[in-house]
Amino acid sequence: MSEARDAILGGVRKALAGQQLGDRSEASVDARLDGRPRGIIPDRVAKPHDALVDLFVTMAEQVSATVVRLDGLNDVPEAAAQFLADHNLPAALRLAPDPSLEGVDWTARPMLEVSRGPARPDDVTSLTASVAGIAETGTLMLASGAGSPTTLNFLPDNHIVVLHEGQVVGAYEDAWDRLRAAGGPPRTVNLVTGPSRTGDIEQIIQLGAHGPRRLHILLIADGADGGP
Amino acid sequence: MQPTSLAFKDRARDAVTDAQLQRALLNMKPGFQQRRAATVAKLPEFEALRDQARDIKNHTLANLDTYLLRFEERVVANGGQVHWARTGREACEAIAEICRRAGARTVTKGKSMVAEEIGLNDHLEAEGFTPIETDLGEYIIQLRHEAPSHIIAPALHLVKQQIADTFREAHTDLEADRPLSEPRQLTDEARAMLRRSFLSADVGITGANFLVAETGQTVIVTNEGNGDLTQCLPRIHIVISSIEKAVPTLEDCSAILRLLARSATGQEFSAYTTFSTGPKRAEDLDGPDEFHVVLLDNGRSAVLGTEAEDTLRCIRCGACMNHCPVYGSVGGHAYGWVVPGPIGAALDPALIGLDQARHLPNASTFCGRCETVCPMKIPLTKIMRHWRVKEFESGLAPASVRRGLSLWAWAAKRPRLYRFGTRLAMRMLGLLGRRRGRIGWLPLSGGWTRFRDMPAPQGRTFQDQWAAASRQDSGGR
Amino acid sequence: MDDAIPADDVTEGESGPRVGLFVTCLVDLFRPIVGFSAVRLLEWAGCRVEVPGSQTCCGQPAYNSGDRADAADIARQVIAAFEGFDYVVAPSGSCAGMLREHYPALLADDTDWAPRAHHLARRTHELVSFLVDIRGMGGVDGVRYDGAVTYHDSCSGLRELGVKAQPRQLLGTVAGLELHELPGAEICCGFGGTFCVKYPDISNKMVGDKARDIVATGADTMLAGDMGCLLNMAGKLSRDGAEVRVRHVAEVLAGMLDEPPIGQSRRS
Repeated sequence: MSEARDAILGGVRKALAGQQLGDRSEASVDARLDGRPRGIIPDRVAKPHDALVDLFVTMAEQVSATVVRLDGLNDVPEAAAQFLADHNLPAALRLAPDPSLEGVDWTARPMLEVSRGPARPDDVTSLTASVAGIAETGTLMLASGAGSPTTLNFLPDNHIVVLHEGQVVGAYEDAWDRLRAAGGPPRTVNLVTGPSRTGDIEQIIQLGAHGPRRLHILLIADGADGGP
Repeated sequence: MQPTSLAFKDRARDAVTDAQLQRALLNMKPGFQQRRAATVAKLPEFEALRDQARDIKNHTLANLDTYLLRFEERVVANGGQVHWARTGREACEAIAEICRRAGARTVTKGKSMVAEEIGLNDHLEAEGFTPIETDLGEYIIQLRHEAPSHIIAPALHLVKQQIADTFREAHTDLEADRPLSEPRQLTDEARAMLRRSFLSADVGITGANFLVAETGQTVIVTNEGNGDLTQCLPRIHIVISSIEKAVPTLEDCSAILRLLARSATGQEFSAYTTFSTGPKRAEDLDGPDEFHVVLLDNGRSAVLGTEAEDTLRCIRCGACMNHCPVYGSVGGHAYGWVVPGPIGAALDPALIGLDQARHLPNASTFCGRCETVCPMKIPLTKIMRHWRVKEFESGLAPASVRRGLSLWAWAAKRPRLYRFGTRLAMRMLGLLGRRRGRIGWLPLSGGWTRFRDMPAPQGRTFQDQWAAASRQDSGGR
Repeated sequence: MDDAIPADDVTEGESGPRVGLFVTCLVDLFRPIVGFSAVRLLEWAGCRVEVPGSQTCCGQPAYNSGDRADAADIARQVIAAFEGFDYVVAPSGSCAGMLREHYPALLADDTDWAPRAHHLARRTHELVSFLVDIRGMGGVDGVRYDGAVTYHDSCSGLRELGVKAQPRQLLGTVAGLELHELPGAEICCGFGGTFCVKYPDISNKMVGDKARDIVATGADTMLAGDMGCLLNMAGKLSRDGAEVRVRHVAEVLAGMLDEPPIGQSRRS
């Protein structure tokens, strides 16, 4: 295929001799890739952190996610059990083997069957951690890794996500900075905004097309600097 | 996909009298137009973001060769493979070869207009594989053996009853008298059917909305989650993307993402925006073992440096067609190729040839509504006009049009003669229509009088009356 | 081109600016009363109006059909005919848009004519926006129209020239006139110049939808600022048997209602 590669790149170069789109230089490419300039950031995220957390909740609820605010990780088992009960779901959770969730004491809920690992076809509800919550549009940033298999985000009908208030940022760019600070890009980054949906039949929105029918966010109050 | 754009006029005529199609097209106003307007109104920076996005993409296209190389470098560094394809045929063959080596049988697919463009499903079927579309709209039209009629809502042309009929015919192992009258029931049935496919697929193929040069990531923007199940479950993930999808950085990608969902569906952000980087890592518990990116040219590079080069900024949001009164009248199939609507009218002549696509840039009133909603500020009417010039100059325009035009222009360039001739003609027409004020039929005007009356002229031209008044009132105005 | 660029060389004396009226071919041929209405309105706005006899058409039929050579010839003819006026005003957003937005593009490579095209473009205006934005006309005094009126925004005027509020402002000062906003007023009526005869089925679908929307407003009168759109909509309304009177907005603003509405006879 290197013949095709050379032909395409050669064709692009030749055609670009006559382009009127903009300046053409390797230096401008390097400058952009190294400098990663930020563009316009919507004013709606120019807020103190408390207000950003509120904005995140508002925006997430607007796209049919549900959010409950908890005082600490210790409240997670009860909140998860409550969610399952509210929706008449089996008392079973498939957990992400995420170190940040290790502190959750599931023994307080002995009736709840918990297991850890990637999603299996019959898992009805998953519970995962997250990298960030983006207030701008109520979007969760989830990254794949040893503690966060991607299948948990899509295969089960119900997805519970643990997010710490300290993980809430304003704009997408802020979330990218967080992710970069943690190392190179993981195999998969999922920006998740509400549950799965489709409008393919007569433009009428239906939730739960192929991915989760419900997205439930457990927002943990741990101060602006908390979180993993 | 074989273009059938030359049949535009006939298909358009059928479309405007197709009651089911017309009913389906009515959904665009609440479904797309009103939702977009409401969401855009909530983002005061929207107009500034459009300018910014245009500039980002212009810079990227002006340096496309370099950005593609940087992208390729990153993909390879992340453990993925890049395949370059000049034509649709080369891309199909590259993909079939990957499937063959993997011993694949079932191939799931996320929605990809590039895959439609190159006829990937037909090719894979001919090679013995079973491609299964997993986007709900694409799944429906695959069952119906149809092409998509809209780039983001492939089954836009259908009403739910037609979809129910299709499902009954296809899903023969389900109870025949099950209720299927509601979109909820149809969606759930497709969900259940496609679960099996997701879990059994050997290869998953997705398109790409963006290629991020900084990181070597491919990006898909979806709502259903099918694109993600397509790529996280099978052993192999293949991305098919055309070369103009490149963007420099995650910042640039984010800047354009702020426009995409708002313009497309009127959402603030799509449910799932997924960034894919190479295959599964050693520590990963799931994900594909192989990650391939097929970079397709298929005529794009030749558009650079031409009057149509701005079309390469297109992010396939569909806003132009969602707001186009012509698309809204005839739907997407009339256009006869994978990209319909105003962007199709501007882009298709470049990709499939003006001789094939010549109707598309002509079938516009130049009302300009598309340009006011295009997030990438593509000068669509200017490019359509450019194609009309090409058509005229290359002699592709119909002889009757050329003759009529040259006669008219000949007169319009001779004001005295023009005044004399029009004075006579309008007197005659005025007399003809004097009794009723309108004329029901006129020779050579069938296109007009078949559907409308021709309002009668007053009888004396303005110039005639003005000259007479000036003579009378020679002190002058 | 920027809307707000003022004419830089207006030699407005005590007798007001000299305005060249670009009549437009459709007004000239079909509806001269619109031309006389325009003259009256311009005179009310303190202008001296002249009508160069060497004008025919703005050249859009050629330009939009890809015939740049003929379009450029006609553009040069129009530019020459209207040189020397303080302003050039047309009772049409489409034709004014052609002079303002497209002549400079059409003649961009012609070193002799490009500056003249720009000069014309800077001085050219659509009638109603000229009255309001340039002449500061706030209303029409003593004009009466008893009727329920709806208004269609023609595409070129709306999107190329920003004509939207101005006609509504002036119509708001006509005694007895009640404005019923037309849902989808900004959607094209399907005229599109040669489009309506090249693709009659699509054009008919569009104007059919428009006619339905017009009738649904309950208005007895339908106004717009472009003869092409008006002929199209009037022809459809008449074919559909709808009893809506169709007029150019200038006729109502100038109070020149002697002619029967477009497509109707004196006796109907």
